[in-house]
Amino acid sequence: MSKSNAPLIEVRDLVKNFGPVIALNGVSLSVNAGEVLCLLGDNGAGKSTLIKTLSGVHKPSQGDFLVDGEKIAFESPRDALNAGIATVYQDLAMIPLMSITRNFFMGREPLKRVGPLKFMDMGFADKVAREEMVRIGIDIRNPQQAVGTLSGGERQCVAIARAVYFGAKVLILDEPTSALGVRQTSMVLKYIFQVRQKGLGVIFITHNVRHAHAVGDRFTVLNRGKTLGTYAKSEIELDDLQNLMAGGRELQDLSAELSGTV
Amino acid sequence: MSAEVKSDERLGQESTLRHLLSKPEFGALAGTILVFLFFGMTAQGSGMFAADGILNWTTVSAQLMILAVGAALLMISGEFDLSLGSMIGFAGMMIAIPTIYFGVPVWLSVVLAFAGALGIGFLNGLIVVRTGLPSFIVTLASLFILRGLTIALSILFANRTIVGGVREAAEGTFVGWLFGGKVGGAFFVFLAEQGIINKLPNGAPSVPGIPMVIVWAVVIAILAGIVLSRTHYGNWIFASGGDAKAARNVGVPVNAVKISMFMLTAFCATVYAACQVFEFGSAAADRGLLKEFEAIIAAVIGGCLLTGGYGSVIGACLGALIFGVVQIGILFTGINNDWFRVFLGVMLLFAVLFNNFVRRRVTGER
Repeated sequence: MSKSNAPLIEVRDLVKNFGPVIALNGVSLSVNAGEVLCLLGDNGAGKSTLIKTLSGVHKPSQGDFLVDGEKIAFESPRDALNAGIATVYQDLAMIPLMSITRNFFMGREPLKRVGPLKFMDMGFADKVAREEMVRIGIDIRNPQQAVGTLSGGERQCVAIARAVYFGAKVLILDEPTSALGVRQTSMVLKYIFQVRQKGLGVIFITHNVRHAHAVGDRFTVLNRGKTLGTYAKSEIELDDLQNLMAGGRELQDLSAELSGTV
Repeated sequence: MSAEVKSDERLGQESTLRHLLSKPEFGALAGTILVFLFFGMTAQGSGMFAADGILNWTTVSAQLMILAVGAALLMISGEFDLSLGSMIGFAGMMIAIPTIYFGVPVWLSVVLAFAGALGIGFLNGLIVVRTGLPSFIVTLASLFILRGLTIALSILFANRTIVGGVREAAEGTFVGWLFGGKVGGAFFVFLAEQGIINKLPNGAPSVPGIPMVIVWAVVIAILAGIVLSRTHYGNWIFASGGDAKAARNVGVPVNAVKISMFMLTAFCATVYAACQVFEFGSAAADRGLLKEFEAIIAAVIGGCLLTGGYGSVIGACLGALIFGVVQIGILFTGINNDWFRVFLGVMLLFAVLFNNFVRRRVTGER
């Protein structure tokens, strides 16, 4: 970490065009070490494009992208990963048929030399995978078991643990809780909190205001490709956040119609 | 905080049976035991389990094992190669025609045949990964192209579809021994002297030695098994077949892995072709017909999922062993040979049903 007071990631007035389609039209946000920034937005607000831009899949058309206070241009997801920005995708994080160990070290297998040959160090890999699982709180199971036997929440946690283990400074979590039940969600949220305590920056993408409010320090609301603003937790109430995200009035009307159940 | 998560009472310690069931080769292992029990009872005293009988079905199994290991690794990486059988015919001709008709030294013909086969495997793989088309269609095209080329080019250069005389050309050469020779002759003479195995009427042991095709099968299986289960490359093979997108996201070079597996199957087909050419002393344009299916069947019986990402080398070897034992065992028991295919089909069906069950179990689907 070069400059202690510079945000880990900062983007200013980011614009991304796909031909005539303007997917992002002026996005600004920043995330600091030891902070959870929640990125809220309804479907079509540009969340996916923003994630892909931050993780190096897309190149921004305009705007500044700063890492540790320095301008940067990623050519590939690999570059972003090397800069310490790890993205955990909702459904593409793990391969269900492969063991937890094999998934954990996929693409970054630990090697040991035997004479002139290099083999995968399975003993070490199993040991680390088991330790990391215990840290999350899944310590009953064998790391050689297939990931398919883990619950959705556990899979997300293992994917996050993997990113942390490999030295991520910023975690981008793409709707980690959207497909999960209540208990699974609380497990993931707890783990996000734990990761924050370690001093990592977390960008938590969601459209569930409750989940966001539970762990977030600051909230950036995205609507129609623009950021509507960033609020600290003390500045904004849950309901206001919900209204802001949904574009205001319409949802309030709906809420009145349904007598407050939304 | 962990206490709350830990206390899920529905998760007990994994039982040994459950652990065994989650191994890809479990079905094939059970099948192998069944097949041996069956023929152990029905073919008793027929000579199937005498030294020459054992060598007979081991050789048939080893031939298929060479192909099945390649097919299994390719299948685990998420692709198929239907041109495997055609490649055998083509590679055989690539060895025989230059040697017999153009006076090319036999070792050079073999080297060129391997180079050519690897090139075709590379091309198959490149087309599949670049276009994103199913490998089923791409290699179905190669199946016809290669078989057609084999016949057309044999007629063009040799004016026949069976080219003989390779044995004479390879007499005393290293490559001739490497693919068509035998090892351990002295050991079998010793066994015959001790009365452990039978002697032929002329005093030679009933088994003259282990054919090189068995040595090749064992070496290829061991190397492939180590690569798949003990190296980072093996992890990439599983990842490429399990979910190519997820694998790419973490930096696995999926395209390179898949292309290399296509090249491996082509290599295995050429080893098989070379062993046949040097054993029989001839190449024929129709060699390897339907072998692509036999290899896939062996791999699937061995626990490979058709959708990729799951399987094992030992399973594929057991699949090939079952295949060889049944094929030869039926001859020994005197059951009409027509039943072989019926048996094979039933076996395949059961293997697929079983694999489906295992996959659901492993991935937690209901």
